[in-house]
Parts: sequence; structure tokens; C-alpha cells
Amino acid sequence: MEKFNTITSTYVPLPIENVDTDQIIPARFLKATTREGFGDNLFADWRYNKDGSPKTEFILNNPTYSGEILVAGKNFGSGSSREHAAWAIGGYGFKVVVSSFFADIFRNNALNNGILPVIVSDSFLAELFESVASNPKTTLTVNLEEQFIRNNANGKTEQFEINPYKKDCLLKGLDDIDYLLSNKDKIEEYEKNRPFVY
Amino acid sequence: MKTLFDKIWDAHVVTTVKDGPSQLYIDRHLCHEVTSPQAFSGLRERGLKVFRPDQTLLTADHNIPTMGQEKPIQDEVSRFQVETLARNAREFGLTYYGLKNSKNGIVHVIGPENGFTQPGMTIVCGDSHTSTHGAFGAIAFGIGTSEVEMVLSSQCILQTRPKTMRINFEGKLGEGVSSKDMALYMIWQLTTGGATGYFVEYAGEAVRNLSMEQRMTLCNLSIEMGARGGLIAPDETTYNYIKEREFAPKGERWDEAMAYWSTLRSDDGAIFDKEVTFDVSQIKPMITYGTNPGMGMPIDGSIPKMEDIDETGKISFEKSLKYMGFEPGQKLEGKSIDYVFLGSCTNGRIEDFRVFTDYVKGKKKADNVIAWLVPGSWQVRKQIEAEGLDKILEEAGFELRQPGCSACLAMNDDKIPAGKYAVSTSNRNFEGRQGPGARTILASPLVAAAAAVNGKVTNPIA
Ligand code: SF4
Repeated sequence: MEKFNTITSTYVPLPIENVDTDQIIPARFLKATTREGFGDNLFADWRYNKDGSPKTEFILNNPTYSGEILVAGKNFGSGSSREHAAWAIGGYGFKVVVSSFFADIFRNNALNNGILPVIVSDSFLAELFESVASNPKTTLTVNLEEQFIRNNANGKTEQFEINPYKKDCLLKGLDDIDYLLSNKDKIEEYEKNRPFVY
Repeated sequence: MKTLFDKIWDAHVVTTVKDGPSQLYIDRHLCHEVTSPQAFSGLRERGLKVFRPDQTLLTADHNIPTMGQEKPIQDEVSRFQVETLARNAREFGLTYYGLKNSKNGIVHVIGPENGFTQPGMTIVCGDSHTSTHGAFGAIAFGIGTSEVEMVLSSQCILQTRPKTMRINFEGKLGEGVSSKDMALYMIWQLTTGGATGYFVEYAGEAVRNLSMEQRMTLCNLSIEMGARGGLIAPDETTYNYIKEREFAPKGERWDEAMAYWSTLRSDDGAIFDKEVTFDVSQIKPMITYGTNPGMGMPIDGSIPKMEDIDETGKISFEKSLKYMGFEPGQKLEGKSIDYVFLGSCTNGRIEDFRVFTDYVKGKKKADNVIAWLVPGSWQVRKQIEAEGLDKILEEAGFELRQPGCSACLAMNDDKIPAGKYAVSTSNRNFEGRQGPGARTILASPLVAAAAAVNGKVTNPIA
């Protein structure tokens, strides 16, 4: 996994609530057996017409907006456990997703792929949408080390929560499997002493 | 004083990462073709074996046709995905119920019906509706592909302990009201994010009175309100269901298991982070009108008006109704529909087919409706045939398909065409879930049956 550093970037606003995983990556794109290529189908049904041409009104097809940060409405990523959703977001080039609320599995999947979900307050989120509406080139700074996010349009910052273990993994570019594999003796020990053996 | 959830969780903590998640031991792991290939590739790249091959079970369900399974899969990419699973099973020495295997079926249907699912276990699968298995008093939840790789390689995953919530369903269910209606009612009341961060225990008189099938439907839908999972304390209903099934403990092992399982309930006075109570006598048959499962209402109700929606939710509400072709304030009873889907891990079990068949018996399918009846597994289909339900269905103009996830997620050819209305017993009415542009109305098998014979949204008990 790539190490996560501080990011300052323009951002793409998606002020829709309850964006579910079927919107992030529709099921018919889940037939691949590798992790690559999902970015092209990120938000496929909102992004492309039936004939594959881009829908001009959708935000990802609007060259005015770009950046490594996606800012989305409340309850982002609800629905399926498909990690393809995180692969699509990462594959497209987003490194951070900002929302006021995330579904659990999506948040885990994002973290396991080096994508940082940042939870902000409803008012901070509303201001982000306002800032980018008045200036599409405005930027956001996300500092993982110090756990803050700054709206550079108005200088306001907010602290965000992240589990210290996950933070450490992201900063060092390590994943959970590395940790678990280093722990095999504890697992075998557990198996010998469990309250009930299935 | 511990909750049921605490007891099972604590019994599975191998160790806790400093300031971090718990390392949780996993008893049972279910795998299917769609969310596992990248995990197996990961093992290969790291040169790893499967750590405990007996604790993982594989099936093909998401991406398979529901007609002509005896022939090779037509779609090349889908065929490759299913073949990849078979190859991975062989290479890593895992049990695989592939196509044409009499035990094949939807992952959350075959786990319970083969006794692979038992009380007190931790169970995971790369599918969010793994919560289904919680009906047996297990901690069961969906995981991503990286986590599938973790379980394959170490039989563990790292998880932050969720908060606990108890939802009490008190009172007696009315006629024609099922656990699907309880679930849609609950998600409507609590919203799709209402249980995010929580693990839910379902309790109360109405839950105790549910059959195993009905309990599975309720737990299945936990994820639709954001919960990590939902569980129900095991009791006689649970034990009677498990006994004698293939993987169930036998003989002395059964007695040992029973001794342990009988300790699996929340202690009196155990504290939950949140507690909610519903009176089920207030619940009517439910349907959804929008594009998330929280957008539900009683079948004779009306869609909310614009002024009833929160300021921040207005854009999403409008977008949703536009997609569905509905107006604020509209009633849906009597609305003409095009498709009916009976199936999925939510409502594709034998009881669901009994309820559906019982309603359509002696009636005829409406001419304007295309109905897909998809059993959750081959064992369900055999049972349908053994009980002669297939004959009754046939006389009423219905045809039974072969098992699979089918139109629940429309990865195969079972796609509802754009703009068409489907009354569906599955679990998600998201935009495009049942096919690009498809419009889904979620409902119970009984409501689906009434829609199928009347060609429109119909109150089955009116
Ligand atoms: S039936 Fe639907 S929800 Fe159930 S396992 Fe299949 S795709 Fe997932």
C-alpha cells in the first residue's frame, strides 16, 4: 500500500445523500477477477449514456471540477460490501472522501486500500459545497498526521477522528495482513484455549 | 452482565491491537465468485496457503444464469469468473458447491440449510447480507475482499468493536404481516443510516414467535439500516432447525453444543448503547416507493409531501422520485406493475414459496406481469417439488427458475428493463440495482403474490 501524506487539492462536490455502492460501481462491472480498471466505471450509470458517451451534466464529466478529493453528501457508501467501490474510487484517482457520515463497510474497505474517509460536521460539509460552488478551483488540505482538514476558501479547520492503529497503517503504508501474519502463534494459542470448538 | 453480542465477541478475541481494533477469530467463512478472486490472487502473490481450509465453504451464486445451468455459461466474462472460483477451490483445497451440485445455492441460504451456520459462531462472507446468519445467534457480517484475504490467510480479521442496540418487537403480528414487513417498517422508522456503527439484537415476543426462515429475513435486512449485523438469541426453534443437518454436531458433541448454546442470551439487566421498541400490531404490509430501503410506507399509505422532507434531504428525495416516476403525496395502491421477483437471500426460502403459492393457488398470473420465481438453493427447489408447489404455480401460470441471486443484483441476464416497475422480495431498491433504469418496489412474498395475480400494487389482506 502507498503511504499517505498530507494532501492539498481541489475537490469534486457530489452533494447527494445516501450514495450507495450500486451507484459507485454497478453490479454488472463486478465480473473482473483483478483489482484494476474499476476507475473507468466509477458512477457509471450517472456518468455515461447507454451508448457509452459521457452525460455532460454529471460532475465527473465537467472539466471545471477535478482533484484528489471527493466531497459527498451524508451517508456515503451504504449498501453492498463490494470492495470494488473502493477500488473504483481509488482507481479514478481519489485519495480522500469527505462526508458527514459513512457506511461502515465502505469505510473499512477504503482504509484497507489507502483511501482516507474524513468525517466532518454537517455545517463544515455545507460550507465545502458553498465554497466550491463560488470557486471551483478552491482547495482543501487534509493532514493525517495532525488529523485536521482545512477549507482553504475560508481557512476554517476541523479535527477528524481516525483509529490510531489505522492511522499508523496509512502513514506507514502497511496493511492488516502483514499484522495478522506476524501473529500466527497467538492464533494457534487461541485455537487451543477457546471456550467452544466448532 | 453481558449482552449476547458481548459474550460471542469476547469469546473470539485473539488479542487487541494497542489503541486499535480487536483481532477476531472467525469460525466460518463463506465465499462466492464475485468478491473472492482478488483475495486468492493476493494469497498467491504472497505465497500463502489457506490457514484453516475446513472453515471456508464456496458456492457460485451471484453471477450465474437461472435458466439452462446445465449448459456452459454463455457470457464469457461470467464464465471465467465462475471457473476461477472452481480453480481456486481446487488449488487451495476448499469445499465448493458449484453449478450442478445439489447443494449449490445462494451463500446465505446454503450456510443455514447445511448446518454450517450455528449459534455462538463468528461468520463472515464477502457479501453484506451475511447478517442473515445472525438469526441463529451468531455474529455474522459482510466483509470486503481485503478482509476475505485476511480470513483465508489467518482465520482472523481486525475489527473495531461496534456499539450494541436492542430492538424489541412486542405484541402479535396481524394477518398477512411477515418479518419482511417488520424489517421494512423498522428501516423506515430508523432510516438507512439509523443503525450504522451498531450491532443489533432482535428480541421480544414477536421475534420469539418467528420461524427460523422469518428470523433470517429480519436479520438479513439489518444491513439496510446500516447495522454491522443483527442477531437473535438461539432457542428451541433454532435447535430444531439445526439438528441433524449435515454439518451440525452429532451425538455427544450435540449435547456439548447445547450446553454451550443455552448460555447464549443477553443477561437480565445487560446494558445496550441504544434500545428501541416497536409494537408489531401497528405494522401493516409494507412497500417501498423510493431508491433506498428506508423509503418505505404501509401499502395503503402515501408518499411523503415535499414539505415533510428535511432541507438537506430534498435534492435526494426529488432525484429519487424522478427516477421512480412518482409524485410527492401519491398513493401506490392500484399502481400497475410489470415484473414480480420472488427470490434472493431475503425471501428465497421454502416458506416464502409456500406463502406465495398459497395466495396464487386457483388464481391466474396477470397478463401484464412477467414473474421470475427463483428458489434460493437447489434444496429449496427440491422441497418445492416435493410439496407439489411447482404444479400449483404452473397451473396459475408461473414458471420456476434455477437457483441464484438473479434479479436481486442483476449481474446475470435477469435484469428488469429500464423504466419498468418490479415488485421484488429482495433487499435493495437502489437505482439500477435490478438493471439499469429498473424501478424496484420492495415487498414481502405475500404482497408480491398479490401484485403478480392482480397486475398492480395490491393489499393482500384488504
Ligand atoms: S441474493 Fe442478493 S443480497 Fe443475497 S447474496 Fe445474492 S446478491 Fe447478495
